[in-house]
Amino acid sequence: MNIFALSVSAILVNNFILSRIMGLCPYIGVSKKLDSAFGMGMAVIFVMTLASTITWIIQHYLLVPFNIGYLQTIAFILTIASLVQFVEMVIQKMAPALYKSLGVYLPLITTNCAVLGVSIININDGLSFIESVLNGFLGGVGFTLVLIIMAGLRERLEKAEIPEHMQGMPIAFILAGSMALAFLGFSGLKI
Amino acid sequence: MSSFKELTKGLVKENPVFVMALGLCPTLATSTSIVNAVGMGLAATFVLLCSNILISMIKDLVPSKVRIPCYIVLIASFTTIVDMLMEAFVPAVHKSLGVFIPLIVVNCIILGRAEAFASKNNVWNSALDGIGMGLGFTLALVVIAFFRELLGTGQLLGFQIAPLSYQPVLVAILAPGAFLTLGLIMSIISIMKKKSQSGQEIRG
Repeated sequence: MNIFALSVSAILVNNFILSRIMGLCPYIGVSKKLDSAFGMGMAVIFVMTLASTITWIIQHYLLVPFNIGYLQTIAFILTIASLVQFVEMVIQKMAPALYKSLGVYLPLITTNCAVLGVSIININDGLSFIESVLNGFLGGVGFTLVLIIMAGLRERLEKAEIPEHMQGMPIAFILAGSMALAFLGFSGLKI
Repeated sequence: MSSFKELTKGLVKENPVFVMALGLCPTLATSTSIVNAVGMGLAATFVLLCSNILISMIKDLVPSKVRIPCYIVLIASFTTIVDMLMEAFVPAVHKSLGVFIPLIVVNCIILGRAEAFASKNNVWNSALDGIGMGLGFTLALVVIAFFRELLGTGQLLGFQIAPLSYQPVLVAILAPGAFLTLGLIMSIISIMKKKSQSGQEIRG
């Protein structure tokens, strides 16, 4: 599988939010302001890449050799939770400026199902190590792209006149639906 | 009476999906048909019930600093049990739910109830709360799946409902249909809330 095909597939065709429907909590929750959407997106890219790397290693060098594949869910969620904690501490020490901009979002990422989702999908699809790392990174990029588009739209929406009963959550979902409809157009791409 | 309240509050008044907007990813992703919706709802209910019971039992033993990792390990164990049970007894549903069964671990309803209710209440009330919230989640899934399956395939539970000349709106069972259906249902709920509020004001 070449890198171009993988990136188009991970970013556009199988977008984590709009096509696989994962990671909706930050998508709806953190998409009200453009800068916080950007910060969240960067944190998600970072954690998804690291999580795909480490969970692949755990699956193929720990769970498979010892024949304890049924512990996958427990092992992965613990790995991700401790990874997020570890990353938080490292960034706090090494790059305080980065920590200030990402810090709030890092704890939220543990329960972002896109992170656990990408780890399990990598294993289920039988991707190689390099492909898994790339899939994690590109999945994060696709997530960020959609999050930022959504934040831009919602900032505009603040000034628009919306019927009273549609304000808040309902209009956000209708907006997400229209975006998903647009992204559905990519699914015809044959590479 | 109060235990009856604990049981029913999750169905309508504090419905986890429609009112509190929790657990949206599995709600939207698995509500493509009523069978999937019921499968997902009952799986989550089982995990919620077991984790609520166990967490309310151990709430005094776990130091509050490490409580979240402890809860997550418990929830992950029950999710693994559900995963294996479904693979053994309902392989078709297990296959169509796919990756969303292990993802029950990160369903915010379950950790949310553990943190907000089970860690503060006794075993009996926590069990009722777990069943109520789980059934509320199932109810929401089934309501969404009802519209999506009817519009998207013209069938309900595999039976043809719409006349054969009906052209199915395929988009309803794809991802955009999920977002649009939930958006419309939420706006209907907000209209109904408005009406009942103004009704109360007139009566009051």
